[in-house]
Amino acid sequence: MQRVSGLLSWTLSRVLWLSGLSEPGAARQPRIMEEKALEVYEYLISDDSLDLIRTIRDPEKPNTLEELEVVSESCVEVQEINEEEYLVIIRFTPTVPHCSLATLIGLCLRVKLQRCLPFKHKLEIYISEGTHSTEEDINKQINDKERVAAAMENPNLREIVEQCVLEPD
Amino acid sequence: MKDSLVLLGRVPAHPDSRCWFLAWNPAGTLLASCGGDRRIRIWGTEVDEEDEYECVSVLNSHTQDVKHVVWHPSQELLASASYDDTVKLYREEEDDWVCCATLEGHESTVWSLAFDPSGQRLASCSDDRTVRIWRQYLPGNEQGVACSGSDPSWKCICTLSGFHSRTIYDIAWCQLTGALATACGDDAIRVFQEDPNSDPQQPTFSLTAHLHQAHSQDVNCVAWNPKEPGLLASCSDDGEVAFWKYQRPEGL
Repeated sequence: MQRVSGLLSWTLSRVLWLSGLSEPGAARQPRIMEEKALEVYEYLISDDSLDLIRTIRDPEKPNTLEELEVVSESCVEVQEINEEEYLVIIRFTPTVPHCSLATLIGLCLRVKLQRCLPFKHKLEIYISEGTHSTEEDINKQINDKERVAAAMENPNLREIVEQCVLEPD
Repeated sequence: MKDSLVLLGRVPAHPDSRCWFLAWNPAGTLLASCGGDRRIRIWGTEVDEEDEYECVSVLNSHTQDVKHVVWHPSQELLASASYDDTVKLYREEEDDWVCCATLEGHESTVWSLAFDPSGQRLASCSDDRTVRIWRQYLPGNEQGVACSGSDPSWKCICTLSGFHSRTIYDIAWCQLTGALATACGDDAIRVFQEDPNSDPQQPTFSLTAHLHQAHSQDVNCVAWNPKEPGLLASCSDDGEVAFWKYQRPEGL
């Protein structure tokens, strides 16, 4: 254990016993709540996130995504993962079916929500079905965290995203 | 302290892109790197020039980013996992490396791979939330699995599904105990063990440990200690490294 003690000096560590925790095979299914979802949803509408989504500007036009009907109230779905954590699913509609900036819009949504949602969450962002010719490819990219990180390290792309997610004056 | 880590060399490995992962072969003579440029590069040194690394081969089979590479424990065989949903295997042929098998079956990005202690089986984990176990069949095998030429065939002999609720980022196969650990985007660590008496051609694995909230965010990587059975390390998006001790539950 000498080597391990050396590592402990610079890092947080926890040593637990994993034993006898056999459980039924199926992963716990997230419960789609009704009252609780409504509560969270009200929060989203009235305050932070959805307003945050609404105010993201389309990179190509001066209007916000809500004005262009890229996002709306019905595009947000919230599921409870456990008492403290929620799964947030956003389905957005790109401005035109071949919109080359659909990936960029997806990226903006992810960055904005990751920064601003005050509760613990997992985030999935998709293009609404049937609204884009390469939606599967785009959905895969915007939900791959390594791809997203790589994109945000591109200075040009980063600047555009930062511009799009600025709060309005 | 400055002189305790000395630079031997630097090479531009994956130009205009990112390098995601590295692995040394067990003999310590080769290094494989992979990245966002969809290529794998194999690095080695000239016989007389021990500190100078040069590119021995560039492997260009994947159609998308290569997420992970792993060497076989005893053969000169390299395996890679990719965003293109496949696993590929490579071996040396004459002076170059060639792709000798493509394993299809996962429905989304394959994030990581691990060979079992014998090297006959390979485990892969994916964004499709499953783990697949593949087995190597040599030409002329008893089970009648077809092989092309002199290359072995790999067949998926087991799929573990319904256990993980989000992307599985890493998998590690303990070389001492045979336990299989997974790192998942649902913040949990799970351990699986092969059932005793399970058919080698159609093995079954049971979940023997499931730690919810192992970390407060995605678990990215798990690694078994090569000398101490049951010692596992993990790391996470939450910036923490954690150490765990695993003990196979009684009666499983």
